[in-house]
Amino acid sequence: MKVLTRAHKKIKDLHPHEAIAPGTGLCAGCGGLEGLRLGLKELDDDFLICNAAGCFTLLSVYPFTPLQGSWLYTTMGGPVPAAQGVRDALDIRMRYRGLEEKENLQVIVVAGDGSSNDIGFGATSAAIHRGLDFIYFCYDNEAYGNTGFQLSAASPYGGATQTTPRTDEHEAGTEVNKKDLFEIWKAQKPVYLATVSPREPIDLSNKFARANELKGPRMFICMSPCPTGWGFEPKEAQLIAKLAVDTGIFPIKEYFEGEVVHTVRPRKRLPVEKFLERQKRFRHLFEPHRQEETIRQIQNRVDDYWRQYE
Amino acid sequence: MKTKIMLTGNKAAAWGARMAGVEYVPAFPITPQTEIIETLAKWFADGTLQGKFTNMDSEHSMFMAAGSAGATGVRVFTASSSQGILHGMESLYTISGWRTPMVIVNVSRALATPITLEPDHNDVMSTRDCGLIQLHAETCQEVFDFILMGYRIAEDPEVCLPVLVNMDGFYLSFTREPVLIPDEEAVRNFLPLYTVTQPVFQASRPMARASAVFGGATYTSFKLQQELASRSAEKCFNQTAQEFEKYFGRLYEPVEAFHLDDAEYVFVMSNSFATKGKSAVMKLRRQGIKAGLLKLRLFRPFPSEAIASALGGHAKVAVIDQNLAPGMGGITYPEIVTSLYDREDRPEKILSVIGGLGGKDIEDQDFMAIIEHLDKPDMQTPLYLYDEGDASGFSRLQQIAKLKEALS
Repeated sequence: MKVLTRAHKKIKDLHPHEAIAPGTGLCAGCGGLEGLRLGLKELDDDFLICNAAGCFTLLSVYPFTPLQGSWLYTTMGGPVPAAQGVRDALDIRMRYRGLEEKENLQVIVVAGDGSSNDIGFGATSAAIHRGLDFIYFCYDNEAYGNTGFQLSAASPYGGATQTTPRTDEHEAGTEVNKKDLFEIWKAQKPVYLATVSPREPIDLSNKFARANELKGPRMFICMSPCPTGWGFEPKEAQLIAKLAVDTGIFPIKEYFEGEVVHTVRPRKRLPVEKFLERQKRFRHLFEPHRQEETIRQIQNRVDDYWRQYE
Repeated sequence: MKTKIMLTGNKAAAWGARMAGVEYVPAFPITPQTEIIETLAKWFADGTLQGKFTNMDSEHSMFMAAGSAGATGVRVFTASSSQGILHGMESLYTISGWRTPMVIVNVSRALATPITLEPDHNDVMSTRDCGLIQLHAETCQEVFDFILMGYRIAEDPEVCLPVLVNMDGFYLSFTREPVLIPDEEAVRNFLPLYTVTQPVFQASRPMARASAVFGGATYTSFKLQQELASRSAEKCFNQTAQEFEKYFGRLYEPVEAFHLDDAEYVFVMSNSFATKGKSAVMKLRRQGIKAGLLKLRLFRPFPSEAIASALGGHAKVAVIDQNLAPGMGGITYPEIVTSLYDREDRPEKILSVIGGLGGKDIEDQDFMAIIEHLDKPDMQTPLYLYDEGDASGFSRLQQIAKLKEALS
C-alpha cells in the first residue's frame, strides 16, 4: 500500500500563498469558499476550474477573476464532461503536438451539492467510470443555495427549505434523508475520496496534498455552512462547522485503496441539537413546540452511523 | 491522386473527419448517426487517427466535452441526431457562446412524440438560434466537402463558432454514393493541421472564460459579437468555397440554383429531398411546365441576399419545409418571405408547404399538386402534403387495433 505522508501538523505549516484573492461576490461567512481557498493552497497555480451553475459561479463576474489559475463556467450539469474535454485535449497536445509538460493543468470541478447530487450526478458517475484524472470539489450547503435555498438531494431530514417548508401537515419540513454521496461515489472506487470541513484546516490541507500526488478521480465533499440559507450570523460559520463535526452529523473521513478512515473523530459526540438549535432552518424543531420525535430521529441516524465504526 | 469510392452519407462524414485530421471525438450513439462514430472509433483504435476518442455518457456531456476541448486547442469532431440534439441543446448554446471551433454532423431524424427513426428537419431547425454555422448537404460528396470547408470556417478568427453539417437520416446516411476523396497532401494544402490562433487553456496563459455577466448591456455586447461573427461567416463561406474550388474543382454557392433562369414555378428545398425535387423539375419541364428549384445550402448565417436575388423575378414559389412548428407552419418559410419583403420583383405568390415529416416521401405527384395549388386563384397556405390515401392508411391501422381488441 502506498503510504502518503501527512504534510502539515499545525496551522502555521499551511502555505501562505493564496490562489483565490479576497473580495469576491460570495457571501460573507461562506464555508465552502474557505474550504476551496485552503484546498487550492495545496495545488500549484496551474489549475483550471470547470464550474457548475451555483453560488460559486459568482467567483468570476466579467471582467474579473479572483483566481491565479483558469476558469471555465459551464452549465449546471456539465462541469465534469467539460473537465473531460480539457483533460483529453491537454493529453492529446502533450502526446502528439509537443505541448510541454509545464503547460499541463490540474483540472478541477467546482460544483454545489445540487449539481453534484442531482443534475450533474450521472455525468460525474460516468467520469469516475472513465477514470477521468481530475479533482472534484463539491461545496455542500445542503440545498440549492444560489436560488434561495430550495431542496436538493443533500438537504437533511428535519430541515426547512423554501420548497420543503415546515407546515402543520409537514412538521419536519424535509421528510427525506440526505443522499449519501460519499457511499455512492465510493461504490465506484475512485482513486481518492474525502469529506472535508473548513473548520478542520490541517485535515483538509493534508487531504488536498494527498490528492495532488495522485492521478484519477479525486473527489471531495466539503461541508459548507451557509449563513443565508441555514440562517446564522456569518461570524458563526466556523462554530457551526465545528458543531457539525463535534455532533458527528458530518463525519470527516477519507476513502483510499479500499479503506475508509475517519481522519477526525469527535471524542465525545455532542447532542445533535447543539448543531440544530443555532440555525433558522431547524428552528421549527424547537419552536413553537419541541419536536422530540424529529430530533430523536436525527440523533438516531447519527448514532447508527457511528455505531458501524465503534 | 484522388480516389472515388462508394460511401454512405455516414461513412462520407467519417472520411471527412479523418481527412480533416481531427484529434478529438467525444461520442454518444444514436440512430441513424452511429455508423459515423463507430467508424471513427475504429480509426482511433487502430492508429489510423492520432488523438483520442472518448465514449461519453450523453449528448449533453458530449457537446460539453467537445466545446471544452475546442477551448483547449485541439481539432474536434462529433456527431448526433434528433433527440440527442435536443438533449444536448443547453450545451450547444453554451459552446457556441464559448466561441470554440469544431464541426458537428447532425443526421436528421424526426423528433418525438411519437418516437420514430426516419428524417425530417425539426431536429436541426431546433438548433437554428444556437449560434452555430449550418451547412445542409444533399449528397454524400457534399457531406464530405462541407466537413473540410466547415473546419476552415469554424477556425477562421473572424468566426470562431461551431459548424454544423446536416444530412438526412436514412435517405442519405445509409445511401451509398460515389465520393471523391482527395489525397492527403491536397487536403493539407486546403486545410492544414490545426494550429491554434485563439487563446486556449494551458498553464502559461491563465484565463477566465465564460464568466457570468451582470447587466443587459454587457450581455448584449457578447451576444452582438456572436451575431457579427456569425454574419461574417457568410463572407468566409464564400471565400472558403472559392479556395475549395481552386483545389478540388467543385464550387459551392450559399444556395444552389437548378433550372432557375426561366422558371415560373420554383421549389425551395434543402438536403437530400432536393434530389427528388430536381428530378421532379426535369419531369415537369418535359411536360412543358417551367419549373425550377432553389436549394438551401448555407442556412446559418441565413444568406438573405442570395436567396432574394435567386427568387426575385419568379412568379410562383413554394417553400417546402420538412419540419413543422405547430401553430405556425414551416420554419424556413417566414425567413424566406422576410428576405423578399422589400424587393419590388418579389414573387406574386409564395406558398408554404409542409411535407416529408418523419421521412414521409415527397413524390412526383406531390410536386404536381404544389403546382396546381400555386395556380389556384384562392390559394391557401400552408399546404400539407397529406392526402386522403394517407388518411385512409392511418384509419386502416386503427382498424387493425380495434379488430384485435374485439378478438381478445
